[in-house]
Amino acid sequence: MLAIFKREFKAFFATPVAYIILTAFYLFSGWRFSLYYGAGYPAVEGIIMELAIIIVFVTPLLTMRLMSEERRQKTDQALLTAPVTIFGIVFGKFLAAFCVYALGFLPTIIFQIIVMSLVEISILPYLYALFGALLLGAALISIGMFISSLTESSVVSAILNFVINILIIYSSSLVSSVSISWIVTAVEKIAFVNAFNNFGTTVFSIPDIFYFISITAAFLFLSVRSLEKRRWS
Amino acid sequence: MIEVSGLSKRYGNHLAVNDVSFSVEKGEVVGFLGPNGAGKSTIMNILTGYLSLTQGEVKIDGFDVMEYPEEVKKRIGYLPEIPPLYIDMKVSEYLDFIFDLKKVKFPKKAHINEVMKLVKIDHVANRLIKNLSKGYRQRVGFAGALIGNPDVLILDEPTVGLDPKQIIEIRNLIARLGKNHTIILSSHILSEIQAVCKRVIIINKGQIIADDTPEVLSDRLSNDKSIVARIICSEKDMLETLKTVKGVKSVTSLGCKEPNSVDFLIEPQDNCDIRADVFERVSSRGKTLLSLQSNKISLEQVFLRLTEEASNYEEARRLLGFNDEEKEENE
Repeated sequence: MLAIFKREFKAFFATPVAYIILTAFYLFSGWRFSLYYGAGYPAVEGIIMELAIIIVFVTPLLTMRLMSEERRQKTDQALLTAPVTIFGIVFGKFLAAFCVYALGFLPTIIFQIIVMSLVEISILPYLYALFGALLLGAALISIGMFISSLTESSVVSAILNFVINILIIYSSSLVSSVSISWIVTAVEKIAFVNAFNNFGTTVFSIPDIFYFISITAAFLFLSVRSLEKRRWS
Repeated sequence: MIEVSGLSKRYGNHLAVNDVSFSVEKGEVVGFLGPNGAGKSTIMNILTGYLSLTQGEVKIDGFDVMEYPEEVKKRIGYLPEIPPLYIDMKVSEYLDFIFDLKKVKFPKKAHINEVMKLVKIDHVANRLIKNLSKGYRQRVGFAGALIGNPDVLILDEPTVGLDPKQIIEIRNLIARLGKNHTIILSSHILSEIQAVCKRVIIINKGQIIADDTPEVLSDRLSNDKSIVARIICSEKDMLETLKTVKGVKSVTSLGCKEPNSVDFLIEPQDNCDIRADVFERVSSRGKTLLSLQSNKISLEQVFLRLTEEASNYEEARRLLGFNDEEKEENE
């Protein structure tokens, strides 16, 4: 598992993928911070919440080739005939993508330090928002990996993943025009953005945490099944 | 070391491997021979745990491949048909990764260097795999299979795409490795199997149709003791002379293939050995015998005849001249 994690993590930096993603993160968060800072309202947790827009675009880039490329290049034969479990393969890849994603929040730590050196505020809202963003990323990356495991083409995987990301994150705005109330309620419960926004308020909510963790676990499991199914087909 | 019994693999409605059983002893070098789509790669993929099996049992060193996949995979080095290379990595990085992936316990640097020297890729260690030629990529894949020094090596067409010099190098390497490894290799190149394997398993349409040494197979199928003699003489006289040799059934002239000499195809009666008699008669007439060869068919012809004419093991046995019924009665 560790070997796979190391290889995948290096592969992100051997290709432009990681640089593009991190540039997007850093530019956006830097721009927002300078804006808020100038306006005299530097709440870093707010910036993290706003990063959701970037995240929607970023996770398909991270996961598009994780599984599909192995299949196309037949390198999965090296992994699947090595003494590692399929879960080890899937989790190693997941962890690599997740770490690149997590690096995207590095500047927010600096912002928080700057703010805290100027005004006396609690660090908890920031930590809680960061925690939420990491959970959201984990869920989206696991979904992306599963999509990637279904196809041999990383382009198909990326496009499909992007569409699905938009649907699951912004589904509540999409159904706002629907007049049937139970559909609206159901979709609002499912929509990622609502669960994620709860992390922006400091109310510690265990259901939201479990919501993301269970989605991540479910899609990791599905990715494992998807790899296993190929052996049986 | 390798035990396969009643192995079947079904892809949807297509039966790719049908009730295959064989076993390979420790230290044996076995060749899989068969036309494209015969099921060679499928069997190899099942042995290495890449594909699951539909029916039957596969054991490597006593471990069932479905029950203890990790124990099995630890013992196997696999070179698939298309080497599984990450083309964006350097050769040394790739082998480093395979080393970690296989959880090998040897000292890392020394072991990787040793393997690279063995397949002669140490001078391209720092090159990106995508910039290497087909032959070098094949060797990097081979090196990957050798990492960890596994007991069993499974090589799917290891010399495909190599130039003649590289083929000989890889062949010698396989022969050397065969001394302390159990090896299964598949190939279309029949001379290759003849050169390195002591045993051939011929597979056709998902079934084993023959399992024997290359010599026995070609002997059996040719079942032919006719000889070709090249003699310096006049054609007409010698034709008459040879016909009178004891045990000769017929003589045909094949014409002049080398200046001043004539080739004769001599068929014996009842498959007896007539080489000594022919030699003596020729020399007693004061003629020079340049060469005397058995008209043996090559493994290639055995293979072609078997795969074209036999669709299962029994038919192939009959073609090969084994008399199974007789044997059973005797027992």
